[in-house]
Amino acid sequence: MDSALVIFEGANLTRLLGGLLVSLRIAFLAVLFSLVGGVLFGILMNSKNTVVKVLCRVFLESVRIIPQLVWLFIFYFEMTKVFHIHIDAEVASIIVFSLWGTAEMGDLVRGAISSLPQHQRESGFALGLTKIQLYHYVILPQAVRRLLPPAINLVTRMIKTTSLVVLIGVIEVLKIGQQVIEISIFSAPNAAFWVYGFIFFLYFIVCWPVSLMAKWLENYWASKGV
Amino acid sequence: MVSDKVLLEVKHLQKSFGDKTIFKDLSLTVRQGEVIVLVGPSGCGKSTFLRCLNGLEDYEHGEVFLDGKAIPGEQKSWYQVRQKIGMVFQSYDLFPHMTVLDNILLGPLKVQKRTKEEVLQQAQNLLERVGLWDRRNDYPSQLSGGQKQRIAIVRALCMNPEIMLFDEVTASLDPEMVREVLDVMLELAKAGMTMIIVTHEMNFAKAVADRVIFLDDGGIVEENTAEQFFTTPKTERAKKFLDIFNFKE
Repeated sequence: MDSALVIFEGANLTRLLGGLLVSLRIAFLAVLFSLVGGVLFGILMNSKNTVVKVLCRVFLESVRIIPQLVWLFIFYFEMTKVFHIHIDAEVASIIVFSLWGTAEMGDLVRGAISSLPQHQRESGFALGLTKIQLYHYVILPQAVRRLLPPAINLVTRMIKTTSLVVLIGVIEVLKIGQQVIEISIFSAPNAAFWVYGFIFFLYFIVCWPVSLMAKWLENYWASKGV
Repeated sequence: MVSDKVLLEVKHLQKSFGDKTIFKDLSLTVRQGEVIVLVGPSGCGKSTFLRCLNGLEDYEHGEVFLDGKAIPGEQKSWYQVRQKIGMVFQSYDLFPHMTVLDNILLGPLKVQKRTKEEVLQQAQNLLERVGLWDRRNDYPSQLSGGQKQRIAIVRALCMNPEIMLFDEVTASLDPEMVREVLDVMLELAKAGMTMIIVTHEMNFAKAVADRVIFLDDGGIVEENTAEQFFTTPKTERAKKFLDIFNFKE
């Protein structure tokens, strides 16, 4: 039981929370870029132009097929070697997660848009709406409602996957957890259980509100009959 | 009610999907205040023809004139023209995430940039005319099919169109709701609105039409006054077509 107290020893708690902040900073920025990028990419994916379509497909599949870890290595280590550009590990993480999020989000947006009935589009055009107005007032507001459950799923996945950035040397919550465990390996041999448990709890209190908010929004929209 | 002024003129319109020609060399002149009903068997191109008239379909050849001005074929120019051509579809095409009022205000406010005060007044007048002003804050899912279709008509009318196109607007309604929609259209016709109507409701066609156009096999087979078309059609094909709607013992 004493091992549990390791979390509160010295500066451990502040350090763990500081690590969480790093994880969240990466996740938050990446999610933000992904939401904006994903909407644009999703609209682009619905283009009728074959060249645009093929390019989008190539981007999506290459992001999907290659594991995020490999992308992290490419951006952090290989960029430096090949182009002599040094990217800060945290920045590299944000770039990689944004690219991944944009691709996945884009595919969700594409699906949500193309699942809307064609006559929604046509009745918008029949009112004289331009394409941009059509997306702004008719297509996107409806797509967002269909998009919400899978998008929230993606966001929580992105938050959790940030733990990979340890491997390019970003000191985030998981890394600090490991450090805490290593330091106290003799004084508190069972610390690992409690520290990882605490980290689990931290991830949970970050992701849970996101899910709650999604549920609330879904109910709210359902009450509006959409 | 029908004036001499030509409002819409279609010349030699041709349309095909791939190898299949839907119609070729279709011409039609619509005068102000005229109500034209297009009838014909399924797949004869009635709906496609209507959709060509407000740019929802491209066509290969031909020209469309509105108020004597040719509409250039490119998509861009249609944005302008569509404000003058109202269209109501078969499927209830209200935007489900907007209230009745927001559905109606969208076009006038965002496309025509009119003032909210003025549009609201007009929306109220129109909604009262179709008996749905008290439903203005409802969402489409809370309305019946007939109500939705009446709102769709109001939404199109609120743009102050010069001509209205109706594409089988009662085809997916329950029978008891057909009447309320047709009544609105009849009233519009009486008020002098220029309309082109595609319908399978022959009694309604008889009541509303100044002119009936019978389309088949990609062309106009017969063009006649409503009365003559339904009592003494000139062509054999029209006769056969009308026989389908008559049950004989």
